[in-house]
Amino acid sequence: SSHEHRLNFQKSKEVCLNYIQDAMLQKQWKRAAEFLTVYIEALEKDFSREYMGPSEIIWRIGSEILWHHSHNGMKEFNSFIEQMKTLAIKRYLKVCLEHVFHLLCNGLIDEAYQTLSLAESWRHGEHTSVRDKEMKLIEAYRGLLDYYRWAKQKHILLEHGQDGFDDLSVEQEMHSCFRKAAVNLKEIIKIPGVWDPFVKCYVDLLEFYGDHDEARQVLNEYAYNSKFPANPNAHVYLYQFLKRQGESKKSLILALKILHDSVPSHELMIDFNTMLQKSKKRKKHRLGLEVIFAALDYAGWKENVKAWSCLAKQLKQIVISEKHLDWIKQEWNSRRDWWPAFHFSRYLAKRNWQENESLSYEKALVAGILLGKDCKYFKYVSHQGCKAQVKRFRLLKKFVNKHNPVYLRISG
Amino acid sequence: RDFNERCAQCSEVNWGLTDGGRFYCRSCHNVTERTTEVINTDFVSNTRVQTISKGSRKKEKTDGGCEWYVCEGFQLVLKKQAEALEALGVCPQMKDEILCNFWRLYLQKTKQAYCDRPDGETLQALSVCNSSTDAESEPETPSLLHLLSLSESEGDLQTDSSFISSTSKVSASTSVCSGSVDGSLYFMKNQKEKLRMTMPMTLSFCYMALLWLREPMTLSDLLRFAVEGHIPYLNVFQHFPEKMKLYGVDLKIFCVESWPVYEEVHNKMLELAAFLDLPRFPDITDSCFLHPDMLCMKYLMEANLPDELHNWTCRVVKKVCIGEADFLTLVPGNKSTRKVKYDVLAAAVIIVVLKLLFLLDDNYEWLLSDFAEERNKNNKEGRPYFEFKKWYKVIKCSLDAEQKKLDEERAKYQWRCEKPLFYSADKKSKVLKRRQMVVNLQNQFGKLSGSVQPAEKPNPSSFQLSWSEENTDGSCFHGHSLKGILQEKRGVLAAMNPDYWLCTVKLCRERLCGHLAHYREVEFPQSYHFVLRLFSFLLRIQPSSIHDDVCLIEHKLFNKKLCKKPKYNAVIRK
Repeated sequence: SSHEHRLNFQKSKEVCLNYIQDAMLQKQWKRAAEFLTVYIEALEKDFSREYMGPSEIIWRIGSEILWHHSHNGMKEFNSFIEQMKTLAIKRYLKVCLEHVFHLLCNGLIDEAYQTLSLAESWRHGEHTSVRDKEMKLIEAYRGLLDYYRWAKQKHILLEHGQDGFDDLSVEQEMHSCFRKAAVNLKEIIKIPGVWDPFVKCYVDLLEFYGDHDEARQVLNEYAYNSKFPANPNAHVYLYQFLKRQGESKKSLILALKILHDSVPSHELMIDFNTMLQKSKKRKKHRLGLEVIFAALDYAGWKENVKAWSCLAKQLKQIVISEKHLDWIKQEWNSRRDWWPAFHFSRYLAKRNWQENESLSYEKALVAGILLGKDCKYFKYVSHQGCKAQVKRFRLLKKFVNKHNPVYLRISG
Repeated sequence: RDFNERCAQCSEVNWGLTDGGRFYCRSCHNVTERTTEVINTDFVSNTRVQTISKGSRKKEKTDGGCEWYVCEGFQLVLKKQAEALEALGVCPQMKDEILCNFWRLYLQKTKQAYCDRPDGETLQALSVCNSSTDAESEPETPSLLHLLSLSESEGDLQTDSSFISSTSKVSASTSVCSGSVDGSLYFMKNQKEKLRMTMPMTLSFCYMALLWLREPMTLSDLLRFAVEGHIPYLNVFQHFPEKMKLYGVDLKIFCVESWPVYEEVHNKMLELAAFLDLPRFPDITDSCFLHPDMLCMKYLMEANLPDELHNWTCRVVKKVCIGEADFLTLVPGNKSTRKVKYDVLAAAVIIVVLKLLFLLDDNYEWLLSDFAEERNKNNKEGRPYFEFKKWYKVIKCSLDAEQKKLDEERAKYQWRCEKPLFYSADKKSKVLKRRQMVVNLQNQFGKLSGSVQPAEKPNPSSFQLSWSEENTDGSCFHGHSLKGILQEKRGVLAAMNPDYWLCTVKLCRERLCGHLAHYREVEFPQSYHFVLRLFSFLLRIQPSSIHDDVCLIEHKLFNKKLCKKPKYNAVIRK
């Protein structure tokens, strides 16, 4: 309760805003609308130089309320946004863009496209660098929607093609969409930034029309230009493109190496490990081991059977050949303190055995090699496995017992 | 000094003023020798008195508005307020005589200092616009100076006053940046100028008149009615006649953007009374509403405390001599006596009584309450013994609910008026567009809020909390007996509580730091804070103000004991 009995205009609007905030956080949209109704009169005294003045506040809060609680749905929302557009010239483009997002969320692609076109042709107000950027964004999104249309046309064409029809108008439309899309998409990805969907779409277009060189250049720029923020996805896209193009293993590995450096837990690490193992070079094998260990450092991989099987396979190979045991030692050094609790606890042994036999098998193999035959994980799983008379567990037990001295050398 | 004489020739009472300042009869054009320096401020007058100054006659402005002076505006405000007060039950004498005379006196006193022109010209009289005799309105012409604009990126009104003072000489016949003639002069620094009229001062005037007549309305009541809209204050100027155009600086003068503050209104009233050289106000005797005995009774009822406590408040009042007419009556200009805030004083008396009986140290009052509860079990009398605990629960519940309501009202308070305002004529279209958008948006979101009816103005009532003895849930404590916490001592019922703690051992010098004591919630018991909060809510005033008066009374009450041992007594044995 407030002991403050004074009140002035500023204060009462501040307090009003608090009530709106509270209501919105509790998703009480009616109540929020009630207080917003009162707040709106602040528009008439919008002299503030504050970071966010009443008109912007009303735009953002009003949008949110109408989005969640409206009697007439999009119609009401649209009419509100139109009013907001006229309210502040400086914000016109921003409001348009956010409006477009709302429309897209509601699946109103055509309306979104119209809004973007309208915004593109808007020429009022001051010319500022912020405005330029906003305009570029608007053009880029229109490009994206042009791509979407292109894709639709393409789909129709392919279907018709199957039916034996030859639709010239659709084809022409498709090409025109391509041209429009290409221009805007190309523009936006020149600006340093994160443009994943734009890049993907652009590359898709280029590949379809056979311009692989341009596509490669775009992807290389996106991945390697230091002006752009570090973006693992860029390398993923490049990798996928190179793969599609049937590029050499060398270049594929190069692309994935960078990915491993930045995101060791990426899902492509399994592919990477597999690729590396297939190589004949020792260095690559070494890297492969590093890659797979690194991936399994992450909680998301704990129950990934494929990953564990890759590691198990590689460890098995090394143990049998007795070459490069130092590799295992190196990798294990930094992990011996915490991997046992992280992966090989007795609780996990029980759970893995109950839920996923293959997982427990692979893990047991790894545990047996790294922690020896006396580790609780291996003991429990192999015991259960043998009890259940599953053949491979018997073999597993034998193998680990046989190679226990190796463990001693690793742990040494 | 109304000029209500009948005309010598035609016996009509229909006077106008000539250029020379003489009265002339409109019916027969008989010119008298009577001159006047003071206008007839009869509020219901229908005469149109022309302005006088040395030299040019003023034309009507081309925007269809008439020329009007800022004090005419205030005169209208006061008129509206007086009418509202009359509607609330105040005697008509207030409007017709008292307020009127005070205002006239004010005008007299301030005219000498108010509008000295650079060339020495002085205004002799004022005009009162009468809309029925004015010509048709004509399209407005744009202002010459754009003082304030409405664009988003500009600063707010407060920063522009400096701009005003730097404008060059403003001639009377063209209003450059205000609808009123002298609005722009209003903010110019002028040492001779004292007591420039403001909106809060209108309430000071009202209160002064109410006090003179000893009407049963406290200042806190008055301010509360103003905030609630029963007394025109917030957007009074919308009731100005059409011809009195308001823009530019006028808005700064007449637009209210904050609730009136008790201390501010009260202090201004005192200043005003002194400035007008008013004599000693009519005595406040023990039959007056404002006398602590009466007000205590009212507040005890409102606070849901037993009627029996009234005996105790009267005793305290008598003991510290604050019931004397000399103490209570306002003598303007007398700097030696502390000026009494009747409502605050009464609240403080009640709190002191509560402290006397219950100690309020977050411990004793609860023990005492348990004790009373025990005694209540064997209570054969018709009335239950008062239990602090029960009272606390009931009041806390109500107070929290009311406070919550009040907080929401503060958040929902609407400031704008129906009539859109423009700072300058060329901004009119922008303002109207904005206004239209505001109305549209409010409609849109108003519908979304569901079936929220427009908040009806609650009927003006002097009581904010009411308790009825008919409630069977026992939530009304008026009739409860204090016997549960009293004991017989030499044939007299005395408080069981032997102790008392002083809010402060030493009073501050009020003139130096503005307060008698400094209240900080954390330094005092919760129960004390609770009762302060209760009265703070009822009076809409800071707890510290009530705390000041509590300290004052305590010091008077325990004066002797304090003198004996000035250092030791935090807790006093009674």
